[in-house]
Amino acid sequence: MLKKTPLGQVLGLGSAKAGTEHWWHQRVTAIAGIPLVIFLVIYLLVHRGASRAEITESMHNPIVAILMGLTIANLAWHMRLGLQVVIEDYVHTYQTKYALLLLNTFFAVVMAVAALYAILKMSIGL
Amino acid sequence: MADTRNAGRPLSPHLQVYEKSLTMTLSIVHRITGVALYAGTLLLVWWLTAAAISEPYFDMVQSVFGSWPGKLVLFGFTWALIHHTLGGIRHLVWDTGRGFDLRHVEMGARLTLAGSIILTAVVWAIALGVS
Repeated sequence: MLKKTPLGQVLGLGSAKAGTEHWWHQRVTAIAGIPLVIFLVIYLLVHRGASRAEITESMHNPIVAILMGLTIANLAWHMRLGLQVVIEDYVHTYQTKYALLLLNTFFAVVMAVAALYAILKMSIGL
Repeated sequence: MADTRNAGRPLSPHLQVYEKSLTMTLSIVHRITGVALYAGTLLLVWWLTAAAISEPYFDMVQSVFGSWPGKLVLFGFTWALIHHTLGGIRHLVWDTGRGFDLRHVEMGARLTLAGSIILTAVVWAIALGVS
């Protein structure tokens, strides 16, 4: 006899309240990260010691701006998932754990938004 | 929290009972490089936002990264990024259910470490040599 509500049965999440999304998102962002890391390393190598004008100029190329945006957004999501696991593994005090998990999310979102703002500003020239 | 009422109770053996191995070291190094890259993101975003703010501010940031301590941090960042990427590929291979036998696990560990060192050297040879 199943002691589950129909909704609970459909969601299939059980007492952990989470399914395979975390694991799956970690893999999706890992795979996406491979070409994006290659792009990032090449971009940084090409623009080592560049002036501000040269960086801004590079962002006028939509492909570069979009790739850089994707790189940072993908990185932010991947690192948020990763550090979440680290926190859950090592921090067992309820209050500290949830405070750190919140900070983790905030940090990832701030990094992503700040970088996207910078890329957009340079790309569109606001 | 651990229940300390019966502190003398037998505990199951932990990490210290195992002989140290390269695969074990790379396992924790994958996590350490991940956490280091998490912090390193701050540097990347700092650099990008500086470029979007102003010329003098960006020049200041560039000179910080161009200094010896700055270059050392960037060198570490490069190795961590490459090592974590190669380690990640190793994990993705495992996710397909392949390469779990001892020979391949050991080979993967050596390839990951050697690959990360060689690629970091190549990137920095380009970075320092052609400038």
